[in-house]
Amino acid sequence: MQDQPTPSEVIGAVALFLKTVVAAETTGATSFQARVAANALEMMRRQLDLAPAEDDAELARLRALLGEDGTLAELNQRLADQIAAGVLDLTTPGFKDHLWATTLAKLAVDQPTYAAYRATLAERGANAPPKET
Amino acid sequence: MTTDAAKASDKVETAVDLTVGLNAVAGRLAPGGTIKDLRRLTAGATQEVWRFELVEGAKETPLILRRAPGGTRVSETAIGLEVEAQLLEAAGKKGVPVPDVRHVLTPEDGLGHGFIMSFVEGETLGGRIVRAEALAPAREFLARQCGEVLARLHTMDAGAFPMLRRLTPAELVAQYHAAYRASNWPRPVFDLAFRWLEAHCPPDPKEMKLVHGDFRNGNLMIGPDGVRAVLDWEIAHVGDPMEDLGWICTNAWRFGRVDLPVGGFGQREDLWAGYETAGGAPVQRDHAHWWEVYGSMRWGVMCSGMAAAFRGADPSVERAVIALRTSENEIDLLRLLAA
Repeated sequence: MQDQPTPSEVIGAVALFLKTVVAAETTGATSFQARVAANALEMMRRQLDLAPAEDDAELARLRALLGEDGTLAELNQRLADQIAAGVLDLTTPGFKDHLWATTLAKLAVDQPTYAAYRATLAERGANAPPKET
Repeated sequence: MTTDAAKASDKVETAVDLTVGLNAVAGRLAPGGTIKDLRRLTAGATQEVWRFELVEGAKETPLILRRAPGGTRVSETAIGLEVEAQLLEAAGKKGVPVPDVRHVLTPEDGLGHGFIMSFVEGETLGGRIVRAEALAPAREFLARQCGEVLARLHTMDAGAFPMLRRLTPAELVAQYHAAYRASNWPRPVFDLAFRWLEAHCPPDPKEMKLVHGDFRNGNLMIGPDGVRAVLDWEIAHVGDPMEDLGWICTNAWRFGRVDLPVGGFGQREDLWAGYETAGGAPVQRDHAHWWEVYGSMRWGVMCSGMAAAFRGADPSVERAVIALRTSENEIDLLRLLAA
């Protein structure tokens, strides 16, 4: 067992440092790049926090949808191939829900402030994560 | 993807070298002319953009140098800056607002590939264009004006540009489908999109037109009076003119205003009305929708391709972060195809 604090916590602290100190105390391209770097770290922190549970759920859905077992990468490839071949389409039970659940889970990590993501959550009556400042 | 296309002797790496070279050019732009205040405006991976002042006695004129990175690296897909300069001149003659080309660099200039154009004052940042208070009056008519500008742009003589690629809608989809397959990373939403795009592909256009290829919020210089210049012609080609009307409606270029499909500032009906009134061909609504789906697929494939670029020629954080915007296009495609 590794020690505390966790990677997620340390990455969060570095992101905050980049944003509140480096970006604030530099100008032009360096300041901009520091903000970009802070955003990248925050993305990675969310991936560490959220992806394990989301990956498990995605794998379970893929197994049910395809009726076979494999790794996440293998089953995603199989799903992609079956869509391309027309074996599965939007009329297939569970298919559309799977694509939505998987995509929303990605956005929650990658781009939680993306307007179309927030609009989708609002339309579905779900609580959008707080807007980052 | 860049290649070191020119000889090492053509290389110009520093602003100091550039200043020396530009001073020589300045003498030809204006008798006794010199330059000052050279500064780089963008760190673009595909093009360098520099601003400087041309000094003729007491008169100072701001000018822009658009140049291949390092003067020499030429993208394999872009059309080349010399052709871009020709397109700007041809577009201007058709009434498309564009900067004036003042000088196309020659080998004797020793500055690499590029051209010098007039500086057009205004805003290009999409986020500011959709929100800035000062541009609120322009947003009232901008969608319609974009339609009018595109109608004029599509009257440009495609035959005068035999070097441009000619691509039908089906060929464009095939090109991106191949790029997606080559990325070797399964994205079921993309497969769904390609399946739909291939099944609903518009026929080859009756008339292939010169297409800007990147006509969107972010590549337009905007002022309170509207569109002041259409920029970034580097992926112009010959094809279906509807492509330009669809690309500016693609959700990625709405900068948060999902409710305003045209660039985050207007409605499709206004864009189409402007286009048709100014002489553009009647817009087929189902084709327009197809090109919007195509746009999200296209930007999605482009974003996902950044992962390979990040692991290759450009290991910058910025590049990595764009790769991680692929999911934005996946949700856009689902909203369009599986709502």
